[in-house]
Amino acid sequence: MGAWIMAGVTFREAGRKKILWTAVLAGSAFLALFGTGMHFQLKDITRHSLPPFVRYQLEAAMLQVGFYAVDLLAVVMTILTSVDTLSGEMASGTIQAIATKPISRWQILLGKWMGFAGMVAAYVAAMFGGVTTVGYFIGGVLPHHTLSGALLVFLECLLVLTVTFVCGTRFSTLTNGVIVLGLHGLAFIGGWIEQIGAMTDSPRLVTVGVVSSLIMPTESIWRRASFEMQSSFTRSLQFSPFSNASAPSVAMLGYAVVYLLVALVVAIYLFQQRDL
Amino acid sequence: MSCRSGRLQQSRDAGEFTRLTPEEHLDQPGSLAIQTLALRKVFGTKVAVSNLSLTVRRGEVFGFLGPNGAGKSTSIKMLLGLVKPSSGQAFVLGVPSDDIDVRAKIGFLPEDFRFYTWLTASELLKLHGRLGGMPASLLRERVPALLDLVGLSAHREKRLRDFSKGMLQRIGLAQALIHEPELIFLDEPTSGLDPMGRRLVRDVIRVQRDRGATVFLNSHILSEIEITCDRVVFIKEGEVVASRDLRAFPDAEVGVVARARNLSTQTIAGLSQWSTSARLDGERLTLTTHSTSVLPDILRYLTASGSDIFEFTPQRLSLEDLFLKIMGEDRGL
Ligand SMILES: Nc1ncnc2c1ncn2[C@@H]1O[C@H](COP(=O)(O)OP(=O)(O)OP(=O)(O)O)[C@@H](O)[C@H]1O
Ligand SMILES: [Mg+2]
Repeated sequence: MGAWIMAGVTFREAGRKKILWTAVLAGSAFLALFGTGMHFQLKDITRHSLPPFVRYQLEAAMLQVGFYAVDLLAVVMTILTSVDTLSGEMASGTIQAIATKPISRWQILLGKWMGFAGMVAAYVAAMFGGVTTVGYFIGGVLPHHTLSGALLVFLECLLVLTVTFVCGTRFSTLTNGVIVLGLHGLAFIGGWIEQIGAMTDSPRLVTVGVVSSLIMPTESIWRRASFEMQSSFTRSLQFSPFSNASAPSVAMLGYAVVYLLVALVVAIYLFQQRDL
Repeated sequence: MSCRSGRLQQSRDAGEFTRLTPEEHLDQPGSLAIQTLALRKVFGTKVAVSNLSLTVRRGEVFGFLGPNGAGKSTSIKMLLGLVKPSSGQAFVLGVPSDDIDVRAKIGFLPEDFRFYTWLTASELLKLHGRLGGMPASLLRERVPALLDLVGLSAHREKRLRDFSKGMLQRIGLAQALIHEPELIFLDEPTSGLDPMGRRLVRDVIRVQRDRGATVFLNSHILSEIEITCDRVVFIKEGEVVASRDLRAFPDAEVGVVARARNLSTQTIAGLSQWSTSARLDGERLTLTTHSTSVLPDILRYLTASGSDIFEFTPQRLSLEDLFLKIMGEDRGL
């Protein structure tokens, strides 16, 4: 019960944060840009009278670019909205009036987590819906497995959210932001190293990439999402940055889910141990 | 051991004190609102509370006094489960202080009340009521009543970000009372309040006591403590150094402030047969005696020695004097 009240208040709070509306605004601006881009791309393609299947591939690649941008927006928005929820409330003392109510600490933390999860879900759904709609009506392309893609991006955001919560129980808002963005950046670079390693047949590079994915599995979830949403033909082309020379395995996804759950338990534990 | 008896001596000098004996801690646990045994909290190397043992009876308005940094807020936080004690035990309303359910019967006004600035006053109270487990139907009637009590009815739809410090303090007080708690912790409730607000806090405390609630009050405004509290303890460096029942007037020591003219130095010197100290400051004569029973003698002596008395007011040793005496004259911190 207490967790649900906290989830509700957190959801409402997120809705009143400038950062969320900035993200929504950025998202809308992006969709407009994306639609315009696709429109002109289509015009140029038609002028060059390319064969239909190449045309389709180009549009599909554009669509992947769109999803990639959405993924980035969603991750950054998740971090920026949730980064001070724990550290900020502990620093200001707001948490004292809550933690002395008859609800346990795990309920407070889980409630907040659920509140943000709800907000992120709404954002990811809206942005995925937007990109898919634009892609279909302007570009005439539909992604494969949009739902799995959206769910995977949502999972990626939850992972980022949970890591932000873990750090939020111990570090200041600023430190927390730097750590989580840093970890995501590490995963991002690692992902590219892995891709290059796979393309150049360099197993050591792949290992470096895999290790970075183990430290922070966000980028590999995105690559899996992207993999899911492409047609098998695009997958086999391996020419775009989104072609996923080495798509993360299902085991990697399992690892990400376990990672998330463990992180959530750790966050709860650290929060329970803390003096407020 | 020598340090302990020294402190006892100091306490005697300062007035009549009841020191808590270990036996007292053990009597009738059910009748106690708060009981702590050798409670201790260390932050890193900093000892915030060294060895706190105290009892608060149910229905008591209890004053918790001590200089800045004495560990008052930390003690309250341990009693509320916000801070984990390094060692020792704490019980509130008969159960260990880390119990979750007992908090439905406890109200708390933190030292520096802050809350989500985007909530309006009535939303804040509703949220706190719900977190406290109150049904919506009850809240519908309690929220306006509480807003009225703390004088914020006109601001019920105002957001907290537009509140002044005193208004925040008032809404914090309302939040602590919304669920009619049995035990209320108020950490410096009058800080930032105007004179009406201070009066309000006093009245609220009185109403809570009449209702049978226990109030644990932490304040530096000793004149208020003097009016509102039944009993006070003084803590220093996280340890109880003295305790005093304010409802029983000790006859032990009494100060007198008089306004008089034509007082000669010999007359003042002659006061020493009754008084422990006497000081003339313009027309203002301040003296202390060991007992109220000698006051008529002093008055007769003064008039007989030819001085004109315009005012002669016996005062018991103020809490502030007592505080300074107990804490020593050093500037604190
Ligand atoms: N979280 C913390 N970390 C480290 N030290 C702390 C912490 N909280 C309190 N302290 C230290 O513990 C001591 C007691 O602090 P506390 O806030 O309990 O004092 P207080 O009696 O309430 O003082 P005041 O009258 O100024 O409110 C202080 O020296 C303070 O610096
Ligand atoms: Mg304090």
